[in-house]
Amino acid sequence: MTMTQDDRPTLKIAGAIEFSPAPEGHPVDIRPHQGHFIDGMFVEGAEEGRFQTIDPATARPLATVAAATAQEIDAAVKAARKAQQGVWGRMSGAERGKFLYRIARRLQERAREFAVLETMDNGKPIRETRDVDVPLAAQHFFYYAGWADKLGYAVPGRTPHPVGVAAQVIPWNFPLLMLSWKIAPALACGNTVVLKPSETTPLSAMRFAQILQEVGLPPGVVNLVNGPGATGALLVGHEGVDKVAFTGSTGVGRHIMRTVAGTKKKLTLELGGKSAHIVYRDAALTQAVEGVIDGIFFNQGHVCCAGSRLLLEASIADEFVERLKIRMQSLRIGNPLDKNTDVGAINSAAQLQRIQHYMDIAEQEGAGIWQGAACPAPSEGFFHLPTLLTGVQQSDTVVREEIFGPVLTVLTFRTPEEAVAKANDSEYGLAAGVWTEKTAKLFGTAHALNAGVVWANGYNLFDPASPFGGVRHSGFGREGGIAGLWPYLEAR
Amino acid sequence: MSLQRCTEADLAAFRSARIDEMSVARRVARVKSRSLKADTKDRLLRLAVSMVDLTTLEGMDTPDRVRALCHKASRPLAEQPDLPSTAAVCVYPAMVPAAREALGTSSPVGLASVATGFPSGQLALGQRLSEVRWAIDHGATEIDMVISRGRLLTGDWGWVFDEIAATREACGPVVLKVIFETGELGSLETIAGVSQLAIAAGADFIKTSTGKISPAATMPVTFVMLDVIREHYLKTGRMVGMKPAGGIRTAKQALQYLVLVAETLGADWLTNERFRFGASSLLNDLLRQLIRRQEGTYPSPRRISVD
Repeated sequence: MTMTQDDRPTLKIAGAIEFSPAPEGHPVDIRPHQGHFIDGMFVEGAEEGRFQTIDPATARPLATVAAATAQEIDAAVKAARKAQQGVWGRMSGAERGKFLYRIARRLQERAREFAVLETMDNGKPIRETRDVDVPLAAQHFFYYAGWADKLGYAVPGRTPHPVGVAAQVIPWNFPLLMLSWKIAPALACGNTVVLKPSETTPLSAMRFAQILQEVGLPPGVVNLVNGPGATGALLVGHEGVDKVAFTGSTGVGRHIMRTVAGTKKKLTLELGGKSAHIVYRDAALTQAVEGVIDGIFFNQGHVCCAGSRLLLEASIADEFVERLKIRMQSLRIGNPLDKNTDVGAINSAAQLQRIQHYMDIAEQEGAGIWQGAACPAPSEGFFHLPTLLTGVQQSDTVVREEIFGPVLTVLTFRTPEEAVAKANDSEYGLAAGVWTEKTAKLFGTAHALNAGVVWANGYNLFDPASPFGGVRHSGFGREGGIAGLWPYLEAR
Repeated sequence: MSLQRCTEADLAAFRSARIDEMSVARRVARVKSRSLKADTKDRLLRLAVSMVDLTTLEGMDTPDRVRALCHKASRPLAEQPDLPSTAAVCVYPAMVPAAREALGTSSPVGLASVATGFPSGQLALGQRLSEVRWAIDHGATEIDMVISRGRLLTGDWGWVFDEIAATREACGPVVLKVIFETGELGSLETIAGVSQLAIAAGADFIKTSTGKISPAATMPVTFVMLDVIREHYLKTGRMVGMKPAGGIRTAKQALQYLVLVAETLGADWLTNERFRFGASSLLNDLLRQLIRRQEGTYPSPRRISVD
């Protein structure tokens, strides 16, 4: 936390404006007991194994949620099978598209409610749920609605068939958005779904089920089962499942791959990352600072593609880090429901502990630790100040392992070759960013990077038409775009 | 004050400014999404009043019109004597004597005169400089000059540097604001470059526009100029001011600009010594919103004088 004090001019950014509270006031009722959504009906679920989902900004419980039993999972898979064979798989693409359009429109109509609920359950700022999570989720349904009657164009010369029943397990970092990434392409292709939301963020998915009832989606086409990892394991291992899609940690991904090995199940995995963000000296530097900030502090760094390894050309490194610190001093940390909050709460006590564990390692590894924001972090709830780790090297744990928090490691390079070598020196390969105003350097670097997504002069930019996914330990298969259809199609 | 100089290398540096326009747009969108409530809003509305350069720049301006402007600038709302006066009035040189007479010699309101062949700048340099001296001799305390955009766009950056430096010298201790007319410059990179150039040539303020062409001030342009001011301050310790002008008509816009300043330059720039709004109709909207904050309802339009 020490900064060198000298006579250099300094800017008084933090606290330049004292912001009065600006809470989002839209009321949202949350049912205190939540169960599952199976065969078009809400079911209460078992009392045994019931767990709480909390508001991480206050650590207060929002609702209790049932953990699905093996019988309930079996019922959900059977309902999905029946719906796939009886209704959904036989329906024309145009008719399926109509349902997807209705879902998208209904999500837009109820956007504010979903934004507030998601922020309460997840801890992310209302600015993000309002401007990113919910609108993008609706866009995914609009996008795949358009594909539903044009699937032949996705597999030219062959005939597309649905795969069958998809088991989908999603993480807590973008609950509604990940749900839409999973459900929209599956449904467009004529598959039915059993989806398990994360046990720390089940509420938006359960509310989404209300939308499914409102639009009259045939029972069994989408089923939701709640529960911890063990529930996910039961679902993924169920023999009635034809396709498994998982987004989450690389450790769990490995486990799922072992479970699925030797079965007929198709598999896609979207796993962790330790994505490199390269800034050359000929970049538009102020905008690069902004891109780096977006890349790591968006959603408190709980982003699988977070640009968590900053690689700076040595000649601009000191100056760039100073500019990052200045920008960090205008980041407002606090109540996620406040419209001015930039950095919200860490999703769970366990995740906060994990981040703190890495901070301990950083200290042991001799990193320079700098933390800053526009205001102090709240004393209740789970918060972690935006953090820079300087003086770290490729061999350090904090540079190699995914921290999944608002922690940026800063390294330097001397030549483009070194930048690429360091960027690729990772087990992961999900995303990367490159900043330079020189086009040849931009493309040369981007093509040399071993990552599923490379952003040029920007970061964390998402569009439903653009495929997303990783290489190596970051997984395989793509979500979004035409490529997002392929895992859900059998082309013959 | 001795004439500022610059080398070919300096000019080359000014001309190689790098800006990513899409990222600037995203940054600005984020600033605009800030939500200002309660005390914050009250404070910033009053601050904005104190930052207005209340402006009239019309062919039909008369001494009486300018007197009206001076009265309004000194006491924006008679019913609220504790409201700050505006930072300055801004008029044509020919109107400077009338404005000085109306303001008197001890007014806290500055007297800014546009000069140097406003708004086009298409006069011989000698005439433009004598216009500056004339305005100062008749009581102007601030000069808003225009640069030669034609010279800039044909690559003669050295010429533009020299005209600013010459105007700086003609101004002496009088505050110099340099107007770029950013709506004519085409790209944010040119705007960043000429901002560096004007600051190096001795500008006290850099200013977006004359208000005579559209687009005038925009938030992306202002952000880029603030960023240049910041870099200059971090390198040299000298604090240069900023004046967006033209097109800022509502209190809501003004507050968004103030957030942009606060998050780019910090508390030291939230003063009319370093930030101004070149505007005319903005002032009445600020007053309207202030009354709305105090009383809970919007005032009748007739409660606030037209000018």
